[in-house]
Amino acid sequence: MPSIKINGRDIEVEEGLTVLQACEEAGVEIPRFCYHERLSIAGNCRMCLVEMEPSPKPIASCAMPINDGMVIHTDTDLVKKAREGVMEFLLINHPLDCPICDQGGECDLQDQAMGYGLDKSRFLESKRAVKNKYLGPLVSTIMTRCIHCTRCIRFAQEIAGVPELGATGRGENMEVGTYVEKALSSELSGNLVDLCPVGALTSKPYEFKARSWELVKTQSIDVFDAMGSNIRIDSRGSEVMRVLPRINNSINEEWISDKTRHACDGLGRQRLDRPYVRRNGKLEEESWDGVLSVIAEKMINTSPKRMAAIAGDLVDCESLVSLKDLMQTLGCNNLDCRQDSGAFGNPRSSYIFNSGIKGIDRADVILLIGCNPRWEAPVLNARIRKQYLNGAIIGVIGPEFDLTFPFEHLSPDLKEIKNMLEHPSEFSDKLAKARRPMLVLGSGALAREDGEAILGAARDLAERVNIVNSEWNGFNVLQRAASRVGGLDLGFVPKTNKDLGTREILRAAEKKEIDVIYLLGSDEIEMDRLGDAFVIYQGHHGDAGAHRADAILPGAAYTEKNGTYVNLEGRCQRALRAVFPPGEAKEDWAIIRALSERIGKKLPFDNLLQVRERMSEVNPIFSNVNKISEASWGEFGSRGEIKDSEFIQPIENFYMTDVISRASATMAECTEVALAKKEKAA
Amino acid sequence: MLKDNDRIFTNLYGHSERFLSGARLRGDWEGTGNLIKKGKESIINEIKESGLRGRGGAGFSTGLKWSFMPKDVGERPHYLVINADEGEPGTCKDREIMRHEPHKLLEGCLLAGFAMGAHVAYIYVRGEFYREIEVLQHAINEAYDADLIGDNACNSGWKFDVYVHRGSGAYICGEETALIESLEGKKGQPRLKPPFPANAGLYGCPTTVNNVESIAVVPEILRRGASWFSGLGRPNNTGTKLFNISGHVEQPCTVEEEMSIPLRELIEKHAGGVRGGWNNLLAVIPGGASVPVLPRKLCDNVLMDFDSLAEVKSGLGTAAVMVMDKSTDIVAAIARLSAFYKHESCGQCTPCREGTGWMYRMMERMVTGDAKIEEIDLLEEVTKQVEGHTICALGDAAAWPIQGLIRHFRPEMEDRISQFKSTKVA
Repeated sequence: MPSIKINGRDIEVEEGLTVLQACEEAGVEIPRFCYHERLSIAGNCRMCLVEMEPSPKPIASCAMPINDGMVIHTDTDLVKKAREGVMEFLLINHPLDCPICDQGGECDLQDQAMGYGLDKSRFLESKRAVKNKYLGPLVSTIMTRCIHCTRCIRFAQEIAGVPELGATGRGENMEVGTYVEKALSSELSGNLVDLCPVGALTSKPYEFKARSWELVKTQSIDVFDAMGSNIRIDSRGSEVMRVLPRINNSINEEWISDKTRHACDGLGRQRLDRPYVRRNGKLEEESWDGVLSVIAEKMINTSPKRMAAIAGDLVDCESLVSLKDLMQTLGCNNLDCRQDSGAFGNPRSSYIFNSGIKGIDRADVILLIGCNPRWEAPVLNARIRKQYLNGAIIGVIGPEFDLTFPFEHLSPDLKEIKNMLEHPSEFSDKLAKARRPMLVLGSGALAREDGEAILGAARDLAERVNIVNSEWNGFNVLQRAASRVGGLDLGFVPKTNKDLGTREILRAAEKKEIDVIYLLGSDEIEMDRLGDAFVIYQGHHGDAGAHRADAILPGAAYTEKNGTYVNLEGRCQRALRAVFPPGEAKEDWAIIRALSERIGKKLPFDNLLQVRERMSEVNPIFSNVNKISEASWGEFGSRGEIKDSEFIQPIENFYMTDVISRASATMAECTEVALAKKEKAA
Repeated sequence: MLKDNDRIFTNLYGHSERFLSGARLRGDWEGTGNLIKKGKESIINEIKESGLRGRGGAGFSTGLKWSFMPKDVGERPHYLVINADEGEPGTCKDREIMRHEPHKLLEGCLLAGFAMGAHVAYIYVRGEFYREIEVLQHAINEAYDADLIGDNACNSGWKFDVYVHRGSGAYICGEETALIESLEGKKGQPRLKPPFPANAGLYGCPTTVNNVESIAVVPEILRRGASWFSGLGRPNNTGTKLFNISGHVEQPCTVEEEMSIPLRELIEKHAGGVRGGWNNLLAVIPGGASVPVLPRKLCDNVLMDFDSLAEVKSGLGTAAVMVMDKSTDIVAAIARLSAFYKHESCGQCTPCREGTGWMYRMMERMVTGDAKIEEIDLLEEVTKQVEGHTICALGDAAAWPIQGLIRHFRPEMEDRISQFKSTKVA
């Protein structure tokens, strides 16, 4: 390990670090604007200048690699002067409009000007002004504030994989933009706002809505895809003002998708804020007492065989375990947490992302089967892209998408999995020869009628080409629903073959063999197939489910409850409540607990802690919070035939996939822009 | 004064045939194959011993630069890149070489390329040199036809290709790493160093970027021997050099002279002297726009070489001597240079992007005197804030002329400010 001297102190640092990173390790703060640890080094802001013996000129510490015996000074007059100089240059053309700038209070330029700048201005000339650019409905630009750090350009190019931003012009006329103005075509564009160290790029939906210091910050977990991205919910009073990423290197690094970030305005629209009961074909307002009585009576008087429950994609594990326990005490096992009936097997490894999201960073050959990770999990897609840039080879079976990186398109037909299994191909050779091959199986493929066969074939392929061995399990299912893995872990599925799953429930309901259906936040099933069953809808938005419902129990959205979610890699995570549910709405597990008492089958828990104990009882992985629990390998899937049927996209519009995003005005705007773009291209 | 038989560029003025037949008469391409047979090490050593310092402005030892290239060619090919993006104000030496002595450059490319293990040379020519590119391309075609370059260059067994690339008129593309970026098809912006081009240059491969003049003198040095070249000039400042003399002289010209010739002798012998006589001289910028100006009293005895000019806090630069007589508004002259640097700053790094504009605007006010006396100090401080804090040397180049002005002509500036004040009061 090289040893260097920083401000007279000897320290040993890892090989390959830069001076700036070494200083950080030594606890010496180096101011910076352009440097960002997840982006390439630009070295253009010159804020990180330090003195290196014997160089007479200060050096940019972000770009200088460590050498053994280096002597660095960060506290000399030369360094102080250099920082003051750069700070002054940055400020001469920066408007001092902090009071009306959205970045105020969380601005790197503001903070560093306080820490390293001069206390007065010596600039007597006119300031530069730059025309604002249009970057789409999410990113607002005030380009006069730009300090040309090029973080946004590098993010778009390197992480998002959409090289649409660049700098035009020279010298002080240099401008960042898209040249031909257009909305950025990335699902990660909101991250530009976080990256921008000044107020040049700010969040358009959040523009002038709040100041950072008025907001209450709550740590939470995202539910718009199955990644379980770590987020921070910023709220004021009862309103969620914005959603920001939290850093978690194992999951989302520090990115979140645009839906995660900007669908939050949907939390304030179309809300179910009081109970309803349908009388004479019309939904009428009802009290909690009344609605619970109606439901309890219905459920007590219905044979358990003629009841069913389906859970939606955003549901927390607490409500799942409560509803499962309630239904099972009633003797009903017609349960399903899979609105799409996606195939899964008995061992846990059959439905999770076994390598872990971090495992992508080690994979050298990746086979994507029937999925579009760019829409199903944009942040995960960015991680695959990162690994592509590190040299991984990517192959795709199934429909072709623009994934922001090139890949070998092996076949549009999922039968290719069987083909590969029976006749080794060029790509299966690559997989077999790889050190850490990986297979990513999409939820769209598993949701087909022949899902079991696809799952089985993929499993066999994984064994054949060494995707699974004693040290590495690269068999990965790309789940799409935040509640899915948790639901499967809790056994919120038919218990035996005789019990009904979603597909059979719908079939039976059509034939009027089901009398009561409990929809727990389930809106993505075909409601017109529910026949004349009595439909109980528990959820937070007035969407398809509430529209069909005969009784509505107003629940809490993910920001309004303390919930547990298991992400696609099987990591159990806890979200904290940021705001209270609106109106009379309640936390979901508590609603079910109250209902159980009405029915006369009181569930044995009175508080959240006891619910969570119950969850751990059902499956010990729930006591292993924030970690991935071992998943053993085994036999799963069927050896049946993969059919010729056409591949149906699980996601038609990335911006609208669930009740919250469908209620969001911002997401509607994004949809419009995306549609216009598609039409223009066609 | 340089003897005629020590002259390298014998057709500098294009009095005789510039293409192959003429070039051969002047001794170009004579025994090039034999020079190659001497081997890489010997060529590099010969150039090192000759004391040749880069002619592009920085004056770094050419032989030493070549020796930074990896000894053996690994997986990545080596490249030689010729910097013919001659954009320094006042400088017009490389143009003359390309115009009238293109074969000297091509032969130099082959020898230098061979010495550093490069099979390909790119000549990056300033886009405005339209006719020069035509000449150069014609010369390249001739050289290919005569098997001087190509699959078996000069019968040496060395494969060598030369390509001309036209720039698009950005001054910054004369900076070696910006030139490489531009050559790769990107926006011309200097790269961070390290890594240096010798490690990772063009397309990430080991690359050496040399000035046209540095390369064009190589064949002659190898033919006549290092001791001949190092015998000219002073130690550490050896050989001959092309000087461009412009401005208030009787006969502006480009001339090949011995290094270390006194400035006064250079101007009086070759350019017919300062307009109105030596006493009418106000100042000289001795090495292109980027070096500080020298007032007359320093011009009397200074020698035109790297070390002597550095002693008086200026530099040889590209040896473009700009002469200004007493009719010159020296503040306006330097302000014009500031405008140039503001216009040509690439905008990548903060001090240069913001500083060049600030300095230019202050200089504009200094021209009329619409400023306060203290602002001269502020101006100087700003130049210090730019100098040495940038990615490339353009920041330094923008700062130095102003520093030179303040160092030598501060009273002028102060007078102007007080004059402006008094006229305003009146």
